[in-house]
Amino acid sequence: MSTVATVPAGAPADAARHVRVVSRKAPVAFAVVTGLFALLLLLAPREGDTLFRFSSGTEVLSLPDAAVPGMVTAWVCTAIAAAVTAAAFTLLAAGRRVPLVLTLALALALLVGFLAWAGAGSSRDFSVARLVGGSILLAVPIVFGALGGVIGERVGVVNIAIEGQLLAGAFCAAVASSLTNSPVVGVVAAVLAGALVALVLGLFTITYRVNQVIVGVVLNVLVIGLTSFLYTQVLVPGAAELNQTERFGPVAIPVLSAVPVLGPALFEQSVLVYLMYLAVPAVWFAMFRTRWGLRLRAVGEHPKAADTVGIKVPRTRYRTLLIAGGIVGIGGAFYTVVSVSSFGEEMTAGAGFIALAAVIFGKWDPVRAALAALLFGFASNLEGALSVVGAPVPSQFMLMLPYVVTILAVAGLVGRSRPPAASGEPYTKE
Amino acid sequence: MSTTGPDDRRTGRPADPPQPPQDAAGEVEVDAATPGTERARGLERASQGPADPRWPDAFARMVSGSWAVSIGAVVLAVLGGSIMIALTDEAVREASAYFFSRPGDTLGAIGSAVGGAYAALFRGAVWDVRADDAATAIRPLMNSLTYATPLIAAGLGVALAFRAGLFNIGGQGQILVAAAAAGWVGFGVDAPWPLHMLLAMVAGIAAGALWAGIAGLLKATTGAHEVIVTIMLNYIAFYGLSYLLATPGLLQAPGSANPRTPAMQDSAIMPDLLGPRYNLHLGFVFVLIAVAFVWWLLNRSTLGFTFRAVGENPAAARVAGMDVPRATVSVMLVAGGLLGLAGTTQVLGQVTTGFGSDIDAGIGFDAITVALLGRSAPLGVLAAAILFGAFKAGGSVMQASEGVPIEIVLVVQSLIVLFIAAPPLVRAVFRLPQPGPRQSGRGAGGRARRTRKEVSA
Repeated sequence: MSTVATVPAGAPADAARHVRVVSRKAPVAFAVVTGLFALLLLLAPREGDTLFRFSSGTEVLSLPDAAVPGMVTAWVCTAIAAAVTAAAFTLLAAGRRVPLVLTLALALALLVGFLAWAGAGSSRDFSVARLVGGSILLAVPIVFGALGGVIGERVGVVNIAIEGQLLAGAFCAAVASSLTNSPVVGVVAAVLAGALVALVLGLFTITYRVNQVIVGVVLNVLVIGLTSFLYTQVLVPGAAELNQTERFGPVAIPVLSAVPVLGPALFEQSVLVYLMYLAVPAVWFAMFRTRWGLRLRAVGEHPKAADTVGIKVPRTRYRTLLIAGGIVGIGGAFYTVVSVSSFGEEMTAGAGFIALAAVIFGKWDPVRAALAALLFGFASNLEGALSVVGAPVPSQFMLMLPYVVTILAVAGLVGRSRPPAASGEPYTKE
Repeated sequence: MSTTGPDDRRTGRPADPPQPPQDAAGEVEVDAATPGTERARGLERASQGPADPRWPDAFARMVSGSWAVSIGAVVLAVLGGSIMIALTDEAVREASAYFFSRPGDTLGAIGSAVGGAYAALFRGAVWDVRADDAATAIRPLMNSLTYATPLIAAGLGVALAFRAGLFNIGGQGQILVAAAAAGWVGFGVDAPWPLHMLLAMVAGIAAGALWAGIAGLLKATTGAHEVIVTIMLNYIAFYGLSYLLATPGLLQAPGSANPRTPAMQDSAIMPDLLGPRYNLHLGFVFVLIAVAFVWWLLNRSTLGFTFRAVGENPAAARVAGMDVPRATVSVMLVAGGLLGLAGTTQVLGQVTTGFGSDIDAGIGFDAITVALLGRSAPLGVLAAAILFGAFKAGGSVMQASEGVPIEIVLVVQSLIVLFIAAPPLVRAVFRLPQPGPRQSGRGAGGRARRTRKEVSA
């Protein structure tokens, strides 16, 4: 699908046409989105200026706030988006694929334009620092969940139980952290909880070769049932000792947190957020640049071949799955040792399913999946920011927006995504 | 993922009972040998051994068959639930403090906690032993069937998609959209009784079908993964319904600030089946019809055959001349319609006094478990949904009378599905004989061993 430019001259005409059809999707999607936005501006014009606030008071160099005329900015952004679309069509005509940068540029242009439109005439401002910082906070569990999901599927085990692992992690982190008054112990407990769920998943899918989707779905229900039951029976009566966690406070990184605009948003966060910054490249490196990663991917793509060259398929799957479960567990700990200081029933509220969507959206690549997770975090955060400025759209539509965008993106940009070949297949040694 | 839905279980249909029970192992064993060779091996095994192998063989089949496994799974799950109840019970904890001086107290406390909980579950789900007359005593059973009604329809929808290799997580959204459409017709349109109810049902079913159809259409045309799209559609439906419910003039009840609809008109409500004593409504009959319809569709119709073929192997189906994208769209339409029926029975049968955005009551996700427990077969879904309905009805009574949180029901339910899906584990726990092909299914080694044994015999 990505080899657009290299169609040999002598190739049959239908092959060339097939390639064209596949690659035309991105420019068309760009045009549709830009057109829709222009339509919105035409149908619902708004008066007044939009305030963007860039400083949060703690940086070395603070930029002044910017008040821009709302509609003009929105139209300028539309023009930029149209230019990007035109560039995409030019690339298409030249037979080249649309790079990711162009997509990001379009998304940014439309986003700024949308904010300018929505905030026009409001006396409140958009704090860029708050927009970014809040998005990252909301994305943390999804990123960890998506990383675990990517690793699991790359080794050949579909992990629908991300939700359960997050919830188990949150629960165990709450209890352990409350008992010991140490958030670090909470995170360790969450890692173990996530790995324990992964162990059960592995036991049933690898050893007993039960359908992986079944086990994943059922494990979610099991963990929801267990944690809710224990919450009502044990945590509520003993809330003081068992459900009152010690939380991680924000830690400012000396130099980086003083960077203007984004410094405080990115580098005045809790330890788990920094762990996330490290985890994404670490997982990418481990998966694509180490022997461990090569073996893992071999087992996920072609277990028989891996077995033939002496890689122990079940053992590799078990070990990798446990690591993945531990990573998801960290995301679960985020709920109870960073976000809030107590566990609540079903507090993950579907984040595991969003992470699952991020895995597929990110095409089973750790970095792309993490970016997709960030997008979801940003989208959930946007609603809060827009309600502050009193956006002209009913809040339900704002809340709906990220999911609509995801569908458009999945249908328009991602298209037919190919999972690792042996993902979901139990392996039976011949 | 989409290529390996739980529908890989070739033998998951109830329509072929004559298969030897060894196939029960193959049902969840994607890589197990094909039924044909299993049967051959069964014969091979039957032909060896003592002079008259029939009775030992029959016994072996009985205890290694799927029924024994199912019963074993339920026993294990109930045991797991008992442990949870015993561990968290106040009286048990107090008594266990002096366990070594008077162990009887602890055991007694465990007995009364666990026994009381399950007795209450039974009382709330099947037969109220404390009732004065049989008509009142049977009421819990009717409650269970009422709770099962939407689960049956929703489970069918998920199961049908499974059979075509699609994972429909979007039950919640489809139920919500259907509830909105059926509800709007139910209170906003004036018509005489059967017509009005049928109109509302059609509206609901069509809405659910279209909502799921979006996912099918996107999958067929652009290849967008149905798991993502259906999850996203859940959220869109939820917020969309929230908007409709919060906006006067749309779905919100006039003169109210609550995000709830007005009550359904009497002419749209599904009447009680067995009189006002029981809340079982006409929707139960409709979902039974749906069960028959889905059975016919899957086992007797060309379209259903296409669904199954696409689910088993889309590449082979395409080569055989089937229109895979078309099948994808059609199966999602039908599946969404079934989930729409679930939403309709909720609105017109269960919660007729006006509903909020929680009308789906988790049925969309329960339906996945129901479909899995029912092995994606219509009759299996029927049985699984009735079991889950019974748990739901009994669980609330248990919570009210014994103080055991209703979530224990979720634990027991999920354990049942988990154990049923792994027959070798259940057999190992109960020391039931493992059927021959399962052990030798590992490959040529097992077969070689068997051959050697035959030679030595």
